[in-house]
Amino acid sequence: MKEFFVKLSHDKVGIMGFTGIFLVVIIGLFSPWIAPYSPEKMFTSHVMEGPSSQFLFGTDEFGRDILSRIILGTQVSLKVGLISVGIGASMGLLFGLISGYFQGKVDSIIMRVMDVLFAFPDILLALAIVAVLGPSLSNTMIAIGIVFTPVFTRTVRAAVISVKESEYITSAVAIGVSPVKIIMKHITPNILAPFIVQISLALSGAILTEAALSFLGLGIQPPNPSWGGMLDASRTYMEFAPWTILFPAAAIVFTIFCFNLFGDSLRDILDPKMRKS
Amino acid sequence: MHKNIVLEVNHLKQYFPIKTGVLRRTTGRVKAVDDISFEVHEQETFSLVGESGCGKSTTGRTILRLLEPTEGDVFYNGRNLLDYSKRDFRKVRRDLQMIFQDPYSSLNPRMTVKQLLIEPVLTHKLASKKEAEKMVIAIAEKVGLSTEQINRYPHEFSGGQRQRISIARALIVKPKLVILDEAVSALDVSIQAQILNLLIELQKEFKLTYVFISHDLNVVRHVSDRVGVMYLGQMMETAATDTLYERPLHPYTQSLLSAIPSHDPSVKKKRIILKGDVPDPSNPPSGCPFHLRCPKVHDRCKIEKPIFKESEPEHWVACHLYDNEELSLQP
Repeated sequence: MKEFFVKLSHDKVGIMGFTGIFLVVIIGLFSPWIAPYSPEKMFTSHVMEGPSSQFLFGTDEFGRDILSRIILGTQVSLKVGLISVGIGASMGLLFGLISGYFQGKVDSIIMRVMDVLFAFPDILLALAIVAVLGPSLSNTMIAIGIVFTPVFTRTVRAAVISVKESEYITSAVAIGVSPVKIIMKHITPNILAPFIVQISLALSGAILTEAALSFLGLGIQPPNPSWGGMLDASRTYMEFAPWTILFPAAAIVFTIFCFNLFGDSLRDILDPKMRKS
Repeated sequence: MHKNIVLEVNHLKQYFPIKTGVLRRTTGRVKAVDDISFEVHEQETFSLVGESGCGKSTTGRTILRLLEPTEGDVFYNGRNLLDYSKRDFRKVRRDLQMIFQDPYSSLNPRMTVKQLLIEPVLTHKLASKKEAEKMVIAIAEKVGLSTEQINRYPHEFSGGQRQRISIARALIVKPKLVILDEAVSALDVSIQAQILNLLIELQKEFKLTYVFISHDLNVVRHVSDRVGVMYLGQMMETAATDTLYERPLHPYTQSLLSAIPSHDPSVKKKRIILKGDVPDPSNPPSGCPFHLRCPKVHDRCKIEKPIFKESEPEHWVACHLYDNEELSLQP
């Protein structure tokens, strides 16, 4: 772990991404204390005002402070991102390892199910799942988790198949190591790089999907603040009140950008050829 | 001349199906190993030589059940290895180790040398973790690695050093039989000699039996007690090293040996140049597998497959040229 931070400190882009994520996480964790106002408080005399010293990012159609809503929305976005990717990644890892290592019939069954899920566009599938389960925070996370499972399964499976052909796996088999240990100790560590990169991409993807779902009205329900929901609410006014849409969009872009930068640098750090004792 | 037979391979066949089309139907089979038999005696080095693609590596892997054979038996100390269930066979693997050709791909890049060496010990529950660490240090010294090197990762070592790690990993569990699959082919010549000498030393010290798979005839002559020559998945000739190199019987062995470069350029050697290419193992020729290229071919070779038999004491050959002097029984 210490080694990891030493490596990170040599990578400027990685630091930028990491700092950005750190900032977003801090904002998310302490949002109720950081936000200047309550996200639901309506300043009826300041409806749709542009950025000012009182309201840094302006106010929306109900006179609510956009900055406060973005800050509170961070919490939602991060929570949805982390938990849904957690669901998708762990299911994908499990299915991918089983599928890739044992192959044959199990592989065919798992992969055909994944193909079916994969055949639907992300948003459509997420919409369908949310429509069945009913719109709520936890159902949004489950839906996004399911949407991301096939991508993880495929990434992991492909990596497992390529790693499985390496001679060090044959060598472990020849030594008499059990399949479970081979999967845990030899295969999993060697597929982590693509897996982690996939996580960083999926995190931003999940945040985006949540925004899209909320934008379509099936994600986080108003008046709870969420970035996607804010975009939805302000889309009608964006011509004459661009700040209402600009700042939530910037929050989404910034977060996703940081996750991608960090994911990229993670991949480099996790490459064993860059490792020194 | 009765030595203990450690390994006995009987009529071993390894066919790989060729699947084509959308339905993945088997349309043919690659006969990678086609009915070969040989024995390996205790504490000797038995070499398998042949061109690339002749099935020598496949033979090695099939013996260790890294590939499940299509047909045949493999006896180790009198027990048929193919009778074990996969789970039970894992325990037997302790006695039968393997060293691979490419030292760059045969070591897990994410494990330190220590982790790599401790794994076989813990897998076979040979010692507690503490004792295992002592064993690691002991074996590392044996193969010429220093104690401070064992916390490093494989990519920090040269090819020769990595092959030493592979050797240590195979020998730490005190096996009886080691299959060396082109163990020195990937190394440059000066390192090859070091590793070969190390292997010979360790063989004496640990009383090991080696099955040495190689295409390098000079290396084979240097290390082996007996040699088996393979061609197109079949055994052509088996004999003691000196006998084979001095008086090869099979025309294929003769042409193979004529291809060894001489150390003395002034000596003119008679080269036997073969015509054509190795036939496709999915569609082997009728009769003797070598008849298409054999300089001494006659009509019978095209129809009838020669039987692998003992044409002289301890000298087995599969060729119709030696049919007259039928001395022995079949294997």
